[in-house]
Amino acid sequence: MTARLAAAFDRARAEGRTAIITLVVPGFPSLSETDAMFDAMAAGGADIIEVEIPFSDPLADGTTIQRVAFEALSQGTTPADCIDFARRARERHSDTPIVFMTYLNPVLAYGLDRFAADAAMAGADGAILLDLPPEEAAQEKTALAATGLDLIFLVAPTSTDQRIELICSQASGFVYCVSVAGVTGARTDLPTGLGDFLARVRRCTNLPLAVGFGLSRREHIEALAGMAEGAVIGSAILALASETKPQERAKAVREYVEVLSGRRRP
Amino acid sequence: MTNLPDALGRYGDFGGRYVPETLMTAITELERGYVEARADAAFEAELQTLMRDFAGRPTPLYYAANLTRELGGARVYLKREDLAHTGAHKINNAVGQGLLARRLGKRRIIAETGAGQHGVAAATICAQLGLECVVYMGELDMERQAPNVFRMRLLGAEVRPVASGSRTLKDAINEAMRDWVTNVSTTFYLIGSAVGPHPYPAIVRDFQSVIGREARAQLLEREGRLPDYAVACVGGGSNAIGLFNDFIDDPTVRLIGVEAAGHGIETGQHAATLSGGRPGVLHGSYSYLLQDESGQVIETHSISAGLDYPGVGPEHSYLKASERATYESVTDSEALAGFQRLCLTEGIIPALESSHAIAYVEKLAPRLGKDEIILVCLSGRGDKDLDTVSKALA
Repeated sequence: MTARLAAAFDRARAEGRTAIITLVVPGFPSLSETDAMFDAMAAGGADIIEVEIPFSDPLADGTTIQRVAFEALSQGTTPADCIDFARRARERHSDTPIVFMTYLNPVLAYGLDRFAADAAMAGADGAILLDLPPEEAAQEKTALAATGLDLIFLVAPTSTDQRIELICSQASGFVYCVSVAGVTGARTDLPTGLGDFLARVRRCTNLPLAVGFGLSRREHIEALAGMAEGAVIGSAILALASETKPQERAKAVREYVEVLSGRRRP
Repeated sequence: MTNLPDALGRYGDFGGRYVPETLMTAITELERGYVEARADAAFEAELQTLMRDFAGRPTPLYYAANLTRELGGARVYLKREDLAHTGAHKINNAVGQGLLARRLGKRRIIAETGAGQHGVAAATICAQLGLECVVYMGELDMERQAPNVFRMRLLGAEVRPVASGSRTLKDAINEAMRDWVTNVSTTFYLIGSAVGPHPYPAIVRDFQSVIGREARAQLLEREGRLPDYAVACVGGGSNAIGLFNDFIDDPTVRLIGVEAAGHGIETGQHAATLSGGRPGVLHGSYSYLLQDESGQVIETHSISAGLDYPGVGPEHSYLKASERATYESVTDSEALAGFQRLCLTEGIIPALESSHAIAYVEKLAPRLGKDEIILVCLSGRGDKDLDTVSKALA
């Protein structure tokens, strides 16, 4: 695990909190505004920030991220722009871990080794590739590890114990636990059976567990106490940003993350 | 016949399983279930019975004497998949996967469709087997293939319009994958082309290989020898891989896939993935892909909805790389000319997809001697395309 990721989870643990992981999409609402979105999330108490590299065919994503990715691509956002975005964010925020979130093809098109080198140079800490299961990931893992980046794998409630073991044996950084069989997108309630699922993952790894897909409320994060070290809030934050007037976006996002992180009462 | 894919679902460098983790257990179960089914004599017997009595197999091999005379070269044989039930080769795979779904205890079927032929085939077998059927179809395709939308509904399927992206086949697959990832415990994804994550490209090939197996036997009986060329259109590539499969070990049979060049490859408005693309990952496998320099998938164009797809099955990428098959392309207007010529010379209205293969044969046959034989897969009938063709000819 990169030192920055380890430190972020350690800090949250020391404060008795679940680490808050948020998502920003360079190019949404526009490339010039996204720096302010990142800053607002960090100011609101985001412990780790995912930077989405938008892909034209986001088949694991629900309507919110589909729409946002489409808008970002319409603005002309490229993988190089996203890496440059991360570099600028790193200059302003030395401690906040940055993890790229994307699908495999943009990374392959950029060039796997070149991506690993440039992402590390920009100050990123890892990458999540939504359509890359461990069976296919040998080259990607090697390339990212060579530049000191974590390849973060996902586990799902449909993963068998055998698969969870395989994934955990390959995992680095943290283990991204998909809360529910489905696509990304805010849901009202945490799924039943989440505790059992997380316990199955816990038996296989000492890495931090981060729960994502469907989370949107402070209650969701409180409910994860003792079960997971991190909570990912993606679609809900993007939906909020797109519903808010441009001049109020940064404030609204900061206050929302403050609520999620427990710094502000809802 | 081929011993590919390997245990990892690879055809050389191509193929694999690039899907969200949520689907990996289902894909593994599908692979195991498929291997068990193919080893089960009862499954095979039911498949054979349905293929004969329901799908109408074997389909005829037709010597296109008039077309041959007009082109003035090689003898042209048409494998008449247009005469299969539902009017296209798609039924071969739909029957096989439908039986597999029932065997695996899945009562809800989802499918994607471009031209509507696979959607109709899926709806048909679901009606026959009493399974629920949901078909995802791009809004643009629903407009240009309206008769097939009505057919699917008549057969009891729910057709869900897909409004995202280019509103065509690629987006219908994205939406079907999203449904599958959400409902994976109850739902079987009945993929219509030789694409997707392993084991789908192999399953579709195996069920479609009846095309080449029959044609080979029929031609041996008629001519006492194998064809010199086997020609089929390629979108995702299911009819082509079905035709090619039984000839792969016959080095004298040249295998030619014909892609859709749309307005011309040089215009950028085409769907000729193997001719104009480079390898990448879409819809679960590593294969040739039409993409920009950032890895974003490009919107394609073809007059034929069934070929209007930016990817291609991984085994075709392998056959290209290994030079066992070659891939050519013909434009919309060449395909239209082929469509009209087959209507007039042989009294057969071909699908616009299959018209691409015919159009290529128009170029190939005159260059060959009268003793040479071209075997063409006439993958479907053209009734669904009458509206498109009448507009294009206006």
